[in-house]
Amino acid sequence: MRTVLSVLGRRLASRWWVIGVPYAWLLFFFLVPFLIVIKISLSGVAIAIPPYVPTIDLAQGWASIRDAISQFSFDNYVWLTEGWASIRDAISQFSFDNYVWLTEDDLYWKSYLSSVIIAGVSTIITLAIGYPLAYGMARAKPEWRPTLVMLVILPFWTSFLIRVYAWIGILKNEGLLNQLLLWLGVINEPLIILNTNWAVYIGIVYSYLPFMVLPLYATLEKLDLSLLEAAEDLGCPPWKAFWKITLPLSLPGVLAGCFLVFIPAVGEFVIPDILGGSDTLMIGKTLWVEFFRNRDWPVSSAVAVILLLILVIPIVLFQNQQQKMQERDK
Amino acid sequence: MNRGPTWFNITSIALGFSFLYLPIVILVIFSFNASRLVTVWGGFSTKWYGALLHNQQLLDAAWVTLRVGFAAATIATVLGTIGALVLARMGRFMGRSLFSGMIYAPLVMPDVILGLSLLLLFVAINQDRGFWTVMLAHTTFCMCYVAVVVQSRLVGFDRSLEEAAMDLGCPPVKTFFLITLPLILPGVLAGWMLAFTLSLDDLVIASFTTGPGATTLPMKIYSQVRLGVTPEINAVCTILVALVTVGVVAASIVTKHRTVRRQRDEQLAAAGA
Repeated sequence: MRTVLSVLGRRLASRWWVIGVPYAWLLFFFLVPFLIVIKISLSGVAIAIPPYVPTIDLAQGWASIRDAISQFSFDNYVWLTEGWASIRDAISQFSFDNYVWLTEDDLYWKSYLSSVIIAGVSTIITLAIGYPLAYGMARAKPEWRPTLVMLVILPFWTSFLIRVYAWIGILKNEGLLNQLLLWLGVINEPLIILNTNWAVYIGIVYSYLPFMVLPLYATLEKLDLSLLEAAEDLGCPPWKAFWKITLPLSLPGVLAGCFLVFIPAVGEFVIPDILGGSDTLMIGKTLWVEFFRNRDWPVSSAVAVILLLILVIPIVLFQNQQQKMQERDK
Repeated sequence: MNRGPTWFNITSIALGFSFLYLPIVILVIFSFNASRLVTVWGGFSTKWYGALLHNQQLLDAAWVTLRVGFAAATIATVLGTIGALVLARMGRFMGRSLFSGMIYAPLVMPDVILGLSLLLLFVAINQDRGFWTVMLAHTTFCMCYVAVVVQSRLVGFDRSLEEAAMDLGCPPVKTFFLITLPLILPGVLAGWMLAFTLSLDDLVIASFTTGPGATTLPMKIYSQVRLGVTPEINAVCTILVALVTVGVVAASIVTKHRTVRRQRDEQLAAAGA
């Protein structure tokens, strides 16, 4: 009996070790940091190291955490909302600072909005380019398909930074695209693409195309071709068969692809920074500038919290859709 | 009904793949350009590759990146494989949904948020930033990718093999090393490769969590890209692209050989029986 118990005990102990190690790692390096972000987003700016107050001194235990909580302020969020409070403050104080803050408010709202718009438009363009590609791959000869899939995945393994950088030489005013178009006589003077939102669209579509093509290909490849044959036999024209059969059946792939492009594109930093211009507003870039150039840790933390709140909706929708698909496959 | 490739399909494949590959091809071609102007062809030359060898800062950055990538990918593979086991084999336990949430969240979370939060953690615990902090940060987000890759492998294979071993008295740890690990090895290796390339590739998280003396290659490339396009950067990029391509193609050939061999073995076994 004792040996049975000790074996059982050992098994339970090893079970908790197995669960505990990755669990503790993620708690410490993922959840705790995020709680710290929330805490700092409620703190005030200070000219100190680290540049915010109040700080929590873990050595003092709960007392310091309680103190810190009592000092939390929602000012950073108020800035972000361009709400009555800041306007009232501005009116009551009439100092230049508040005007600066108000214009900054404007910056945040516009960055959030323009990130969502840029990501949304890019997602639609990616779908328009990715769908025919995935369709062509799914209809290719079976022995060719693994190679084609690998060719789609290969750019994903190559550095993101390099792929974005590659576009600079193409899109520049004296770049290859303009040289080609001038030579063809399509245009008379170079198009200005680099450092505009156009370049950002191109960058996002290019970088995230594999994310769109792979889920689309997965659903299109599974599609039962006999359905299309039946439609054709019954006199349905190909475009109508596509509209009535192929497209509805590939909808899960379309949704998965769109989420996989949209969600990371909203928080993108590298593409708007390298390809975009000074007037390209995206929230990832705003956060970066706020943090590294303005050294305003509380405001950049608040920006991060709001960005995550915006992304929670598509992320939850995406997970629900994935679960539904998994259940259907079972 | 015509099942063969139609003109529409061929055209869309051709256009799609030219869009995917032309920029990289152009980048590679212009790394051999003799002229300093990156968009005007001035004849063939490999001088930019030679110049790289004398760029000590760049070589240092590459060395830091390789060490970070190697360490982070290895630790992330161990942790991620354990994490995958927890998700696929441990059934229900308290806090399971929090755990799977923490595995999946970093996959979709913007880099800027992950980087910022980890930096604030390191500041809060008074940790000096440098090589180690970048390595820990990379380990954290890479382990989630490894866990997802390995988990899909674990879900896909026959559990009765593990159960048979345990029924015959094999302790769980030994069962894992003798039965489970060899079966999921391709997934584990793929996870390691993915983690390694993700770590090599990362700019944003490294920029947040790094400190003096630990500049990674993407950070170096980024700071130069901001100053303008140079053939030297094209040369660095070409080397990286070549390494990745060789790695991925080699890995896929190996897996293809393995599947072909397994299929042949299975056919032989079936014929023998």
